[in-house]
Amino acid sequence: MADTAQIVEHTARTFRDHLPVLQVLVPFCTAPLIVLLGSRRLAWPLAFIASAIALVISFIMLMDVREGGMLTYTMGGWAPPLGIEYRVDAANAFVLLLISLIGTVVLPFAYASFRDEIKSRDHTLMYACWMLCFTGLLGMVATGDAFNVFVFLEISSLSTYVLLAMGADRDRRALTAAYDYLIMGTIGATFFVIGLGMLYMATGTLNMADMADRIADQGMNRTVRSGFAFIIVGMGLKVAMFPLHLWLPKAYTFAPSAVTVFLSATATKAALYVVMRFTFSIYNPDFAFATNTLEIIFIPLAVIAMFSASFVAVFQTNFKRMLAYSSIAQVGYMLLGIALLTDTSLTAAILHMFNHGLTKALLFMGVGAYVLRANGSFYTQIAGLGRKMPITTGAVVIGGLSLIGVPGTAGFVSKWVLVQAALERAPENAMFLAIAVAIVLSSLLAVVYVWRAFEVLYLQEPDPNSTATEAPLMMLIPMWILAGGCIWFGFSTDLLHDTAAQAANGLLQGTKGMMVLTGQGGAH
Amino acid sequence: MSKLLDLQFLAGHAHYLLFIVLMMTGLFIVVDKTNLVKKIVGLNIFQVSVFMFYVSIGKVSGGTAPIFPMDDKYHVDKDALLGIAYSNPLPHVLILTAIVVGIATTSLGLALIVRIRESFDTIDEEDILNIEQDMTRADNQKHGNAMGGPA
Repeated sequence: MADTAQIVEHTARTFRDHLPVLQVLVPFCTAPLIVLLGSRRLAWPLAFIASAIALVISFIMLMDVREGGMLTYTMGGWAPPLGIEYRVDAANAFVLLLISLIGTVVLPFAYASFRDEIKSRDHTLMYACWMLCFTGLLGMVATGDAFNVFVFLEISSLSTYVLLAMGADRDRRALTAAYDYLIMGTIGATFFVIGLGMLYMATGTLNMADMADRIADQGMNRTVRSGFAFIIVGMGLKVAMFPLHLWLPKAYTFAPSAVTVFLSATATKAALYVVMRFTFSIYNPDFAFATNTLEIIFIPLAVIAMFSASFVAVFQTNFKRMLAYSSIAQVGYMLLGIALLTDTSLTAAILHMFNHGLTKALLFMGVGAYVLRANGSFYTQIAGLGRKMPITTGAVVIGGLSLIGVPGTAGFVSKWVLVQAALERAPENAMFLAIAVAIVLSSLLAVVYVWRAFEVLYLQEPDPNSTATEAPLMMLIPMWILAGGCIWFGFSTDLLHDTAAQAANGLLQGTKGMMVLTGQGGAH
Repeated sequence: MSKLLDLQFLAGHAHYLLFIVLMMTGLFIVVDKTNLVKKIVGLNIFQVSVFMFYVSIGKVSGGTAPIFPMDDKYHVDKDALLGIAYSNPLPHVLILTAIVVGIATTSLGLALIVRIRESFDTIDEEDILNIEQDMTRADNQKHGNAMGGPA
């Protein structure tokens, strides 16, 4: 057992010891509470308080594990690997912070947006579903038990389908979008379960750390390998990895604005974290087949996604749909960071997860504000709104610049680190040089599609009949918090970069980063 | 030299073969059928195949149900305890969770179909696709001139 990270035997005497489980439990209990109280006036404050508590908890945990080490929590005191364990290290603390930050910041926006887009009798249940989705995403990331990931994945997915379908008040295509996502998402989740079953057959355990340990002991066999394939395909569907992305544009386009904001910034990121955890911690990156999968499958798919999705985004006539395609392209950057398999590249992937989460949430909030004031997000409807809604559009411009990766914004930092990672590996193979060029070129495509939006917003004449006015404060404040974040993290790069580097380091240690807790009930 | 068709191997892995057949049947229905309800049925078959897979891997050869043997007074029969092999109950427990998830997915899917039927007046995927294409075309005609022509 390595001595870099200290594991204190779990006793959970103080309040602080319970943080890993409270992170998930607080929103989880809030959802039924909202339904039981059934009060439309109380639903939003409860949801907001729960999200804020989750945010504080995730921040405390991140500060605890930022320098390395991990927090563990054993459910009901049952020692792992038999009991369910929650385990938080730098990698998941970072993703937890992203999810709870977005969840908290978006809720005020959601309040204003739901009032406009959703029938008021549905609001209470909407917030309950929102909390369940939030719980599912946090749980997927916090847990250290492989089957628990599936359970939380389904909690978040089922509530996501409901949230998506609520867009039917504005456009009935939201219903079919939700149905399509339900079919594809269920196939994906079931593939994930098949993969877990194979891993369980080979290892006889469900605890991630224990699993990693046993796979490292016994080496590879066909069961473990096919399990890997099933898990990657299943999670790839949730991540919207390139050929499995078909559900995404339609779902994001027709969902209620606030739901799109929340999902685009968190759902794919949580699934991406699971891919990372399985690829690096449970399957050791030293295993040749995992490395081959990454290089032969992930890299080409990521590059294709970067170009094709950006290219499609250029020709969209709807701002919201354009951003949805851009999301697929951005997932390509993150997958590329994972597949390059160096410390730097993984840092870039984790950084980009965070930065893209902020950026896309900001941009989709802009869309929500336009939908509120101009009743739509087609370019003809938002033409000239830069003059009528200058404060909103100002934030959208910052988001757009960050999406391109202009220096001084958060998007630049992560793309820069990614290019660096590709260049680092250039001496061994010219292919990596080409990849670095591809990253820059596809960012140029982002310039095209973002510029199109800017041109429509600022250079075209507004519709003379338009009554659009500035968005309400409930929308502007969250937007400018995120816009400030985009700029702040563009200049003050150390904090995020160091944390991401620590997370990447923990993941790349592979199995060594996942020491087994030796409890009294342990099999070891 | 391995034989081309190893019957003993096949017989020993029959449950996997059945699992694969069931799984492919389910997936095929999901992909092939245009009726939305039939798709949900296919999805169910697909999920059930995975349940079967889990249940089958819990089997220990010669193992019995994981319940303590009782004597005629319903006390644990300590003599019979020795030398009994039990099947692994854990996969069964896991699959209980997955069954609950499956029910939730099915009911949500069916509820969505009801709503789709209300607003599209059909549950056939191809009809819905046609209606949606018309809607998209109308959108493009109305809003396509943002950059000097429909995109």
